Amino acid sequence: MNPWPFVIGAYAIAVLATAVLTLWSWAAMRGAEAEAEALGGAK
Amino acid sequence: MHVYANPARFLKIARPLTAWLGWIGGALIAGALAFGLTVAPAEALQGESVRILYVHVPAAWLGMAGWAAIAAASLMQIVWRHPLVAIAGRAAAVPGAVFAAICLATGSLWGRPTWGTYWEWDGRMTSMLVLLFLYLGYIALAGAEREKGGEGRLTAIFGLVGAVNLPIIHYSVVWWNTLHQGQSISFVRGTSTIAAPLLWPLLVSALGFSLLFGAIVLMRMRAELARTKVEARLKRMATP
Repeated sequence: MNPWPFVIGAYAIAVLATAVLTLWSWAAMRGAEAEAEALGGAK
Repeated sequence: MHVYANPARFLKIARPLTAWLGWIGGALIAGALAFGLTVAPAEALQGESVRILYVHVPAAWLGMAGWAAIAAASLMQIVWRHPLVAIAGRAAAVPGAVFAAICLATGSLWGRPTWGTYWEWDGRMTSMLVLLFLYLGYIALAGAEREKGGEGRLTAIFGLVGAVNLPIIHYSVVWWNTLHQGQSISFVRGTSTIAAPLLWPLLVSALGFSLLFGAIVLMRMRAELARTKVEARLKRMATP
């Protein structure tokens, strides 16, 4: 059995899921902090 | 410890730390995965499929470390009632669940060429699946408690009780006859059965993913702190 499709698949899942999680968390943080700053309560 | 329970003091440290952890973690992951995929040697028995090690093991480690963080935060929340610690516990839940899911998916893809099956109901795989379900339960409970305006004590108790699964996952390969291989690295004894050319990229990958995990938890904590501030401000503005 050729192992490469399994290796590439595993890397793709790990990298994509980590990237989506990171970008989602970053966007949520930026959005929430911008809203707090706009209301004058960021600090 | 109590000093950092002050949100203003925490944010002063968390703001620069988020970027540092994120960028260094990302760079280490990119380097380790590129090395693991192209330069690291194939293993004598498993061949090329051993390269899945560099994503599977860090994901397994972080899936378990995420719940250990939740359990520690839950204990501190119950004992000292620090709201910031409760936020830290909740912030570790989604990243922990994602890494537990990555561990299960990549393990399944490793199992097919190595064992001839994607899934087996053995001790290690089943207990890891239970961990993912515990995460989903914790996330749902935390959301429901927050919506009701609760302190999160029920969520904290769930976080503490769920930690029972961690030693079960760890010792599952010892207690039961399992398809999954036994422990290869012991940090307590400082020993490893993995050859050095395969081990180093694994340690760098695990460090990189751990730093990025820390950055993600900080991002989620900062987001919840900001949302709490907005809610408090809006409440004050609504009060005549």
